[in-house]
Amino acid sequence: MSQTAPAAPKAIEGSLNFLDDRLGSTTFFKRNARKVFPDHWSFMLGEIALYSFVILLLTGTFLTLWFKPSMHEVIYNGSYTKLNGVKMSEAYASALHISFDVRGGLLMRQLHHWAAILFMASIMAHMLRVFFTGAYRKPRELNWLIGIGMFTLGMVEGLFGYSLPDDLLSGTGLRITQGVLEAIPLVGTYGYMFLFGGEFPEGDNGDLIPRLFTLHVLLIPGIILALVTAHMMIMWHQKHTAMPTRNQTEQQVYGYPFYPVFMAKTGAYFLFTFGVLALLSTLTQINPIWLFGPYDPGAISAGSQPDFYMGVLEGSLRIMPNWEITAAGHTLSLNVLIPALLPLGLVFGGAAAWPFIERWVTGDNRSHHVNERPRNAPVRTGVGMAAVTFYGLLWLAGANDLLAERFHVSLFATTWFFRFAIFIGPVLAYIVTKRICLGLQRKDAAVIDHGVESGIIVMSPEGKFSERHTPVKEDDKIVILSKENAKPEAPAVDASGVPAPGTKGPMGFLRSRLQRAWTFDDIPVEDKGHHGEHHEVEGAEHSGAEQKELSR
Amino acid sequence: MKRFTAWRRRPWAGYAVVLAALAAIGVLYAGFTPQNDRAEAAGNAQAAEDLQNGRQLYNKNCASCHGQNGEGTKDANGKAIAPSLLGVGAASVDFQVSTGRMPAMNPGAQMPRKRPIPEFNVDVKTDYEEPEKREAAEKQKAQAEKNLADLRAYIASLGGGPSVPTAEQTDPDKGNAAAGGKLFRTNCAQCHNFVGSGGALTGGKYAPPLDTSDVTPTQIYEAMLTGPQAMPVFNDTTLTPENKRDIIAYLVKTREEPNPGGNGLGRVGPVSEGLAGWLIGLSLLVLAAMWITAKKPKKLKKS
Repeated sequence: MSQTAPAAPKAIEGSLNFLDDRLGSTTFFKRNARKVFPDHWSFMLGEIALYSFVILLLTGTFLTLWFKPSMHEVIYNGSYTKLNGVKMSEAYASALHISFDVRGGLLMRQLHHWAAILFMASIMAHMLRVFFTGAYRKPRELNWLIGIGMFTLGMVEGLFGYSLPDDLLSGTGLRITQGVLEAIPLVGTYGYMFLFGGEFPEGDNGDLIPRLFTLHVLLIPGIILALVTAHMMIMWHQKHTAMPTRNQTEQQVYGYPFYPVFMAKTGAYFLFTFGVLALLSTLTQINPIWLFGPYDPGAISAGSQPDFYMGVLEGSLRIMPNWEITAAGHTLSLNVLIPALLPLGLVFGGAAAWPFIERWVTGDNRSHHVNERPRNAPVRTGVGMAAVTFYGLLWLAGANDLLAERFHVSLFATTWFFRFAIFIGPVLAYIVTKRICLGLQRKDAAVIDHGVESGIIVMSPEGKFSERHTPVKEDDKIVILSKENAKPEAPAVDASGVPAPGTKGPMGFLRSRLQRAWTFDDIPVEDKGHHGEHHEVEGAEHSGAEQKELSR
Repeated sequence: MKRFTAWRRRPWAGYAVVLAALAAIGVLYAGFTPQNDRAEAAGNAQAAEDLQNGRQLYNKNCASCHGQNGEGTKDANGKAIAPSLLGVGAASVDFQVSTGRMPAMNPGAQMPRKRPIPEFNVDVKTDYEEPEKREAAEKQKAQAEKNLADLRAYIASLGGGPSVPTAEQTDPDKGNAAAGGKLFRTNCAQCHNFVGSGGALTGGKYAPPLDTSDVTPTQIYEAMLTGPQAMPVFNDTTLTPENKRDIIAYLVKTREEPNPGGNGLGRVGPVSEGLAGWLIGLSLLVLAAMWITAKKPKKLKKS
């Protein structure tokens, strides 16, 4: 893949030469400082995560200067008088101290927490962008897996982080963590004792909070930082994918050079991220631990939810029927085990396996550097929307008591709604999304075939009215024609009766069936070179496929 | 002296002495008590009148469901339509009527809090500029207060029960908010949420929010004392009157406290925070991304 960029102005060359003269790395800098980055707003979503992570590291360091990760019991006597005389852990007391007595402490706490929210939200948005544009395809599968790994680690990091202040809400989350650990067959109790250092909440020596602290400030951020580095280096090496626009080909990246254009943009975007976080942290309150009170095993609050990225687990736990198996003196708590492992296992496992499944089904082993429009891969887009629906419904189910309370519906009704909806919703989402994609493909074919409506009505000499169509603009045409039409299926057996490679055996059969499902209703979009003529796009050759789809 | 001694020994003498003593006591009693008697008679008449007013209000607003004598009513299957009011006490009446829950409009899973009907609405605006308007409003308020008191007295007269707490018992300034917070988290937060923002319960029922200023300390106390609707009773052995006052202190002081970190987002925890993170945070950043990656207009392209 070669890169094209206009010759750099003198000032830029000058500063590069300055570095080159001193570091003697002319070729390295020449090559990398002029690295080309394609432009699209959705390519910035991952950068929100990167910059939130930077802010998380900085604010987190500030917080460690005052936070005391200790479960030692103290009696509070400080600025927040509504908790005076209340017994609490030193961790909670020091979090109150940061909030009310340390200058800028509350702002830093809120910045840290909002950055965590934005970190996870932007990773989710970024992953959806990557998925729906097919940017995970060869050669970028490894970066996709690293991304899933970082998101999973981010969830654990977040859970440990909001558990540190040892307030009533976070203690409830830890209690659920305990339940999930204990539900793991055979090793559950051991795992629980190993992590918690004895019975929750105290442990034998009050080990839990110090352990979570070490994991939260040292181990997990270290791993995430390493993965971020790997993610960026791989991206740098493989070059960023691009949207199908003019000048953009599989062989050539078209965009702005890293230095100075992209560097200025991304620098500005760091400031935007910081600005939005500052806005949120000064205008909206997050995690008011002083309202929750210290953790007390005898207390619980309504509306006890985790942070949003754990909401999907909360939701699956809330709608799970109470199934338990007791055999030979051992209890298998399916009511906890299934919601803890199955839904996220499906979503994350499915996401991790997807690039490889897709490659196997489509038999497409080429490298892709230009993204695919979501409509041009209806099965992928449909499956993606089904997963979004599945995840989204479980997420909403995690807030079912608030939904019931705010919208005045029965709590039980919401539970039963979600129990059915998580099975029906994704199927519906798949069907609807696929039909929309195919409809958009048809529209593209029509636009290429007879142009766009000009809004000019002409009357023919016979008195017939018709609208004049004008040929589509060249830029739009390039986007529309980026679609790769499905190739006709290879015959199952060749002329000599030998089955095609890769179709033998049950796996081969499955593969050819899946491949047919991937492509059978594809609408060819091609420039036949005649504009303005009115004729049906959905010709006779497609009506058979249509019938099949409708009768399924 | 001889004559007196002779009379003393007559057979009827003993009876005469007893009679004379009784007469003397009667005269003395009559001499000391006539005024008291008159006042009591007048007071009795007033109390009877108030009770009569309470009874009339009851017949007008309550009897259709709770029965002619407050005995409650049942449907054809023996399922209670409205509970008996015998022994519920003045506190219960005061809570239900002053929060507008009773008289109920339509039976559902739970009676919602609403504006009390005009006859019992003590929360009327009286700070008018015009004297006649102000006087009318004050009169209306006084009448509503009397109506409420009369109704309470009437229901209490049917079978006793807990009475309305005193101002001293419900004064938030006399309670210990820290102790109250601990009690609230242990006893109340599981339904009412951690600062009383309310929460959902089973079968369409809900724990109403306590974080608005129209929920008065008296109503909070009465609710704990009488356990209205889905709420359990917290009697004086479960939560002592001091405990109740501490909880009131915690609720009132917490709801009056400003949010130090900015907008409280409803004080319902991480759900609204997640929503704000996505809707405000991510939306603003997407807009920023669109801005800095937007195609330049043609005339600027050279730069």
